[in-house]
Amino acid sequence: MTDSNSHSASPSHSETAHFGSAQHEPAAVLQGVSKLFGRFAALHDLSVTLPAGRIYALLGENGAGKTTLLRIIAGLSRPTRGTVRILGSADAREVYARIGYMAHATLLYDELTARENLEYFRGLYPTGKITSSDELLEQVGLAQVDVKRRVGQYSQGMKQRLALARALLSSPDLLLLDEPFSNVDVKSIVTMAALLGRLRDRGTTAIVVTHQLEALAQVADEWITLHAGTVVKREATYNRLPVSAGRGGEQ
Amino acid sequence: MSLARTVALHLRKDMQLEWRSKDAANSMLFFALLVVVVFAFAFDPLAEESRQISGGIAWVALLFATIVALNQSWARELHNGVLDALRLAPAPPNGLFLGKVIANFIFVAVVELLITPVFVVFYNLRVIGSWPQLILVAALGTWALVINGTFFSALSIRTRNRELMLPLILFPISLPALLGMVLATTNILTGERQPLDWIKLLAVYDIVFTTVSLLLFESVLGAE
Repeated sequence: MTDSNSHSASPSHSETAHFGSAQHEPAAVLQGVSKLFGRFAALHDLSVTLPAGRIYALLGENGAGKTTLLRIIAGLSRPTRGTVRILGSADAREVYARIGYMAHATLLYDELTARENLEYFRGLYPTGKITSSDELLEQVGLAQVDVKRRVGQYSQGMKQRLALARALLSSPDLLLLDEPFSNVDVKSIVTMAALLGRLRDRGTTAIVVTHQLEALAQVADEWITLHAGTVVKREATYNRLPVSAGRGGEQ
Repeated sequence: MSLARTVALHLRKDMQLEWRSKDAANSMLFFALLVVVVFAFAFDPLAEESRQISGGIAWVALLFATIVALNQSWARELHNGVLDALRLAPAPPNGLFLGKVIANFIFVAVVELLITPVFVVFYNLRVIGSWPQLILVAALGTWALVINGTFFSALSIRTRNRELMLPLILFPISLPALLGMVLATTNILTGERQPLDWIKLLAVYDIVFTTVSLLLFESVLGAE
């Protein structure tokens, strides 16, 4: 751990401008949340409050419950027990327009081009805060790609970047990213991480599931470690091996 | 966000995807032609009995072809997990449903238009009854198949054997509509009886199942 990697090294939140009343409420409040799949508990009595305007790196071994937690926060999955409040609302449907979600899968149509995909999903969101397709493609470094090229012909890394662009369409207050850096080249990882930092500085909250800790070292504000479906550690600083002690963590 | 705009958006996307992949069109057309030709060999197409059952044969061919298309209609949304993105979109869920229903209706209607000449030739048919009535029956019958099929296809997308599940659920529930379609079509083709009662049955069936599907679709879409 170095100072440059610590929370304090990233742009200070007290110094950054947070827009709108949305920033006064926590991005997510989960209390006593359990999620059972049959007899298997993916999440077990998990309680966590995530203040807004920060980047959270969500760590843990495979099967620790990271993706399940992200899906519950997104409103794609309901907890078996416990309560969830997202952006101040107990009903996720009320805040769908304020959530950007990027999953393991790309959530894109392979038969359409990048622009067609973005334009299609753009049409499903209210026009108020929507970001233009050109701007999004520029932000994720895909502006120069042949406009007629269909997404099915993209490399995995390009698909990941486009998936991030799709998640950013509605200028979300809460960004949920599941392994956004997998199969992405180093240069693009740096670009994506810097983009997350800029978004955070504008008031966006990001929860990022990742095994590539180095990618978030410069921008994450908090490192949350899950184990067996519950939060076992919250740190404001970046440790090179935050999970591994005693658990054979794969990071 | 208006429902009409959302419907148009989904419809345009489905037509675009189908135009590029031609998955549903090819398999539907091939299947419908196959059934019509096989039945033409199984029965003497020139016999009076064949004329009596020609309405049934036409609808059975379309029913099977429709199942093929419906099985694929939600598969596009499952591929790459797009359904999750659609679930998270703040647009009216019924827009997605109606867009898909209308897209499926167009696919089936195109196949109907393409196999009708083949059917007429193979079974040496001429319409004795009213053409407008025949078109009305085709439209109502196709809507009945498509509205139920799209709904139950959505209901079964998370089941392991969804391609088997869809016909298992759809056939029993479509029986009243199928009966109406077959008898109305036969009555029009032969000109022996008035098909009005069957047309009314089809219209009521369509209204009831469209309403129920629209009321329930949001729950189906939100199910884990």
